Amino acid sequence: MPFGQGRSGGGGGRGRGGDKKPGDKEKGQRRTLFRRRKVCKFCADKIDDINYKDVKLIGPFVPERGKILPRRISGTCAMHQRKLQTAIKRARQIALIPYVTD
Amino acid sequence: MASRQYELVYILPPDSSDQVVADLHTQVEGVVSRMNGQIEKHEPWGRKRLAYEIGHNKEGFYVLEVINGSGELMKELDRRLKVMDQVIRHMVVRVDEEKKVVDRTQTKRRTESERRRVKRGLPPQRQPGEGRQAGDMDETEDDRFDGVEV
Repeated sequence: MPFGQGRSGGGGGRGRGGDKKPGDKEKGQRRTLFRRRKVCKFCADKIDDINYKDVKLIGPFVPERGKILPRRISGTCAMHQRKLQTAIKRARQIALIPYVTD
Repeated sequence: MASRQYELVYILPPDSSDQVVADLHTQVEGVVSRMNGQIEKHEPWGRKRLAYEIGHNKEGFYVLEVINGSGELMKELDRRLKVMDQVIRHMVVRVDEEKKVVDRTQTKRRTESERRRVKRGLPPQRQPGEGRQAGDMDETEDDRFDGVEV
């Protein structure tokens, strides 16, 4: 193990930018290789209409806190994320989905 | 004049009687008919839990109306609903353009798939029992390969 315990644990986010050790870099890159490719749910299921009334459809994209799930996490394509966004905002207006929950 | 389509959703307090709900619907209907619109669909969703409190109400009675009409009509409706204190929340959304886009993409997808199927020598519509699931196959498509397979 070339990694010190303190180093690998604390510098997770920072390590990529600051560290110049070649070993660190490789480790970081290899981890991304194994990640599964995300696909847009709406493209895959051929859902054309993202409606604000359909809470079941929108629900998974609004996590606990009430924020809109970002694209980099959900894997939604740009077009559908845009439609999803308006749908969520409309659903919030008529109290189908919370603005915030704490 | 091309008519536009709007969706109006309004929320009443949960304890409002059927009388109040019917009353409000007739009021909306009156405004719509006075300004040359028509109601395409009236759909009470009934009592639902609100995601957040609106004026100390935890539940609400939802009503959806789909209205064909002009922008002025919706403006008038919006203004009236704002004034009414038995309506705790309302929202007007224009839907005709989105609907058009959705219809177009759906028909496009359908014709495209039909075209491809015909090209492959299949009937244009999907047959029942066809598709991903394993199991029985169509005899008509398969009998060409019977001799080759052995």
